[in-house]
Amino acid sequence: MAEIIVAQGVGKMYRLGEPTAYRVMRERIAELLAAPFRRRGAEGPKDEILWALKDVGFTIDDGEVVGLIGKNGAGKSTLLKILSRITEPTEGRIDLYGKASSLLEVGIGFHPELSGRENIYLNGAILGMSRQEIRGKFDEIVEFAEIARFLDTPVKRYSSGMYVRLAFAVAAHLEPDILIVDEVLAVGDAAFQRKCLGKMRDMRSQGRTVILVSHTMPTISSLCQKVIWLDAGRVKMIGETAKVVTAYLSEGAKREISWSPRMREPFPFNYESVFVARGDTGESIDPIPADVPVDVVLDYVISQPLMAGRIEVRVAGETGETLFTTTSADNLVEHVHEWTQGRHRFRCRIPGNFLAPGVYHISVSEPRGGYDIVRDSVLSFTISEENSLSARDARQGRIAPLLEWTRE
Amino acid sequence: MHRVIKPPRGLANVDFAEVWEYRELLGFMAWRDVVVRYKQTAVGVLWAFIRPFLTMVIFTVVFGRIAKLPAEGVPYPVLTLAALLPWQFFATAFGETANSVVGNGHMISKIYFPRLILPLASTAVGAADSLVSFFFLFVLMAYYRVPPSPHIWALPFFVVLCTVFTVGLGLWFAALYVKYRDMRHLIPFITQFGMYVSPVAFSSTIVPAKWRFLYSLNPMVAVIDGTRWSLLGTARLYAPGIIAGCIVSLLLLVTGVIYFKQTERIFADLI
Repeated sequence: MAEIIVAQGVGKMYRLGEPTAYRVMRERIAELLAAPFRRRGAEGPKDEILWALKDVGFTIDDGEVVGLIGKNGAGKSTLLKILSRITEPTEGRIDLYGKASSLLEVGIGFHPELSGRENIYLNGAILGMSRQEIRGKFDEIVEFAEIARFLDTPVKRYSSGMYVRLAFAVAAHLEPDILIVDEVLAVGDAAFQRKCLGKMRDMRSQGRTVILVSHTMPTISSLCQKVIWLDAGRVKMIGETAKVVTAYLSEGAKREISWSPRMREPFPFNYESVFVARGDTGESIDPIPADVPVDVVLDYVISQPLMAGRIEVRVAGETGETLFTTTSADNLVEHVHEWTQGRHRFRCRIPGNFLAPGVYHISVSEPRGGYDIVRDSVLSFTISEENSLSARDARQGRIAPLLEWTRE
Repeated sequence: MHRVIKPPRGLANVDFAEVWEYRELLGFMAWRDVVVRYKQTAVGVLWAFIRPFLTMVIFTVVFGRIAKLPAEGVPYPVLTLAALLPWQFFATAFGETANSVVGNGHMISKIYFPRLILPLASTAVGAADSLVSFFFLFVLMAYYRVPPSPHIWALPFFVVLCTVFTVGLGLWFAALYVKYRDMRHLIPFITQFGMYVSPVAFSSTIVPAKWRFLYSLNPMVAVIDGTRWSLLGTARLYAPGIIAGCIVSLLLLVTGVIYFKQTERIFADLI
């Protein structure tokens, strides 16, 4: 198959010494004035250099769907920004043989005062569609977004779910040769996410090339033929999806049994920490014997009023396939519960004698009011073979529940 | 289609073909700003003429009645309004243009499009505003029975000159603002203080002859004198001043485009 993207030795350097946000002119003037008096050689503090990307090379064939994975700060976003021409590389070269569109965020340029109809045209133009193209797809977009009734309402009156649906609908109707997508599928409710995934599959079957960043390994596994794994700005591994995902997750498994976000974001809901503990002693320890319950403990802070919702915990196996999902509202009729402001804790108990020995990855959802985002594989834990049924006689299966047997 | 992405070298070249390709986006951006500006306002587009109207009334009272500045045989309100229109076009468009990149910072860090679209769309918004106020001037001229001068053919030239100057200066400040947030304070200062060094409330004939050329290095002097001359046929034009204004404006535009393109590369990293 023909190559459509060829990247060679791509690097991006940032200087940390000079204030990156913006420079105050006074400093610059002071520097200029001080220059003649400065001794030669004493050039002030040396700039600290950070290579966000270094020596990144890969080729992507026409029609391939490629996943880009890696931890936060691995350089995924920088690579997407260079591919979409938002920023320029410091070194290296990328050849693109086709028209590329990027979707690093949905709803760029949306204006709250404008109506849904007006925003469709505006956003379409920003994404590079012509007026004629938008007009041609207008009905399709409206239908996909399910907002026909609110077409002439300013989007500031939309619920966040409607807003996201409309924004994604416009983007989903782009028809570039190469589509560059950041983690935008992680928005919206489950039904809408399925719809989006369906749209992505359509793009694949139409032979479009897609580069997709995701933290959700099942998404990567089900959509991509090939995966690029970035680590600390370099390519750690490129290859067939199953192989790279397994390697990535097993490295993750060596990581933590507890997690806390790096910083608090300006949302009403924030985690303080999520960790795994033995259900009997309460000790946060790894591995845990197979007959001991595993507690997933979620500490969170509600800082502003938040629409009723729930927390979702997903437990995935070694290769990233989700084994089951459980939510904080499972035993409620309404599927959601109210939030009260302040610090709170949820404890979710996975019974002992249930999971087979092995590595498990936990993903948690973060309610944003109306929609959730998912923090994927935030932590991992191991069930040891100690007291395990399946280790006793090498049984098949990801779970090894101790069930009730009665002779009648 | 084949595109190469590689590190920038040397002077950036301006890809006008690409700007043209994105002309619809330019239109949409300008349209968005115009629509948003007058949404949820009670009188809407009327604001485009209320502002110059009120300024004109104040100027007429303060400078025409109290300070008794010479009016060159034209009713003072008409003399003032003929200068206020180009000035307000400059002030509005320059302010918007200078803010255009930082104001749309979110878009810049999330998607690619020719960055020149932003300042150009902002200038267009200022132009749309001014178009409305121009009708008001003609109404006022009819009311005072001031016939348009025979030089009215020259008016488009001064409109172009004003636009060139506005875009040129706007591009400089739009790019500088990304790097130096000091501009936040400097930009409103220019749009306010600039009015007093431009012949808006008075006629440039009151400037002493020996200072006249220096004074004319401000291109708004040529623009305002020219607009008055072509509309009302007041005082003879000061040719060296017009030429100086043209040269300064063109210089600003050319260097502005170059500086903007040069800085554009790091917009996304700085914003």
